[in-house]
Amino acid sequence: MSDATPHPERRFVDRSLVQLTLVRFREFIRQPEAVFWTFVFPILLAVGLGLAFRSRAPDKPRIGVVTTPTTSRIIASLRRDSSMVVEQMDDSAAARALRTAKVTLLVVPEPDGSVRYVYDPVRSESATARLIADRAIQAGAGRTDPVKVTERRVTERGSRYIDFVIPGLLGMNLMGSGIWGIGFAIVDSRGKRLLKRFMATPMSRAEYLMSFLFSRLFFLILEVVALLGFGALAFGVPLRGSLLELGLICLVSALAFGGLGLLIASRAKTVEGVSGLMNFVMLPMWIFSGVFFSSSNFPNAVQPLIKALPLTAVNDALRANMLEGTSISGLSTEMIIISAWLVASFVLALKLFRWR
Amino acid sequence: MVTSAYALVTRGLKKSYGDVLAVDGLDLEVRTGECFGLLGPNGAGKTTTIEICEGLLERDAGDVELLGLTWEADAGKLKERLGIQLQDTQLSEKLTVAETLTLFRSFYQKPRDVDEVIALVQLEEKKNARVGTLSGGQKQRLAVACALVGDPELLFLDEPTTGLDPQSRRQLWSLIEEFRATGRTILLTTHYMDEAERLCDRVAIVDHGHIIAQGTPHELMESIAAAHPPPPPRATSTTLEDVFVALTGRTLRDE
Repeated sequence: MSDATPHPERRFVDRSLVQLTLVRFREFIRQPEAVFWTFVFPILLAVGLGLAFRSRAPDKPRIGVVTTPTTSRIIASLRRDSSMVVEQMDDSAAARALRTAKVTLLVVPEPDGSVRYVYDPVRSESATARLIADRAIQAGAGRTDPVKVTERRVTERGSRYIDFVIPGLLGMNLMGSGIWGIGFAIVDSRGKRLLKRFMATPMSRAEYLMSFLFSRLFFLILEVVALLGFGALAFGVPLRGSLLELGLICLVSALAFGGLGLLIASRAKTVEGVSGLMNFVMLPMWIFSGVFFSSSNFPNAVQPLIKALPLTAVNDALRANMLEGTSISGLSTEMIIISAWLVASFVLALKLFRWR
Repeated sequence: MVTSAYALVTRGLKKSYGDVLAVDGLDLEVRTGECFGLLGPNGAGKTTTIEICEGLLERDAGDVELLGLTWEADAGKLKERLGIQLQDTQLSEKLTVAETLTLFRSFYQKPRDVDEVIALVQLEEKKNARVGTLSGGQKQRLAVACALVGDPELLFLDEPTTGLDPQSRRQLWSLIEEFRATGRTILLTTHYMDEAERLCDRVAIVDHGHIIAQGTPHELMESIAAAHPPPPPRATSTTLEDVFVALTGRTLRDE
């Protein structure tokens, strides 16, 4: 009805779809707080969580050696093993150090050449310290190992908390910017009677809605690259799956959340009203969909419901791609759930949408 | 341009909101090339009538014909040829004046030049200013500019000068007079009788959803004068507003 064919000699930037999309960009970048919440906040969150839950090498056990005539030989043996910290101390200092847990094990060299260990067997680090210290002392005295040992040390990327949380943050961000970015702008325009004003022009309704999708897709690329690039560079979060397929998962997810945003915004007249509605939709997903902790922590009875939430499917698909390298054909359940949300929300949104 | 005698005709227009009958059998004939004023107290049905004519509201009964076309058959064509300023539109505060007009311009097949329209409403100095920084009068002029950028044949103005200072008001008046001088049609609503008297070729007074009097401002004044004896004549025909403008000048005050 109002789909005007563009004037033949019209310049590209004068086309209404281009202009409408430009308006979306301008309104977004001229709102510093929106830029902060979309781009900076997820990265700050990742930094905070990454630092709080970073995996550290276990602390080296501290071992106190009580000063006696034979101390120096024992210390020499212990210092040959770099996996512990050795301190020499006199009797009273040693008793205090053990009591206040400054050392986990006391080694007392006896005048007859034997060695006495003083420790609390209930503390696992003390028991470990005893084994390490004993091994070093026996080796220093000439014991050799009858079995030859070689070892290969592997630290698996992908099993740390930061590896778990980065895909979750990405999913949360796709949801937030899809629902907020589209829903808020539409309701704001409706509340200000701007939507009604546009309806009094020959503007194409399809182009109006498409401008939201185009600008969303553009910002989607920035969001995904910023968060994943940061995760990969700063924390070495793995990207094991196909990047193309990861992009496809993000695209379909962003469209599904955009559709959800459109649906939430389809009738609301005030920004206050739609904010409540958006939080009502998003809050359960923040909790249940495995953003910060695995959704498998919830009881089995509610698992089918949790699995049906769009953010659960998005997070599962992102993690499977990034951490396990699963191909998209192995993610058909998740992709079907996301696509179903996409189609259902768009169909319903366009049916319910109030243009005035 | 289709030059039929009437730019806008409504017959038996009806619209109710729940129990409230907002428009009750309203007949309107706006001639091509005239400036027609719809007057009436708040809640008389002026805005409802104008929004039905603009195609923004569904009517319950009656017919509307604009420029020889109807909303049912020719909505796309009609929107190309109408210019509309709504009473309560808030344009996006984050965009500049030029960006806003470029956006509205992009919707039309044969639009006017953005700079030309900016000059018409005297917003040249504010061309690159954000809408959020404009004064009330400037925002109103921008709203009228948005209505003009599609180069319309029929212009709807719903209380275009409400809340404006006398300078901005007179500037809008001359804009309306220039538009009318090109042979095009204007339908406006207003609460200011001096405005209607100055601008309108004919006016209709609306109350309770239908027209209670219609004619040229002069005719209406004559008919009332016959029924009610006029008050003692004023020493001059000068109004207080003329004094205000004489003292403060016609230059627009853009605070």
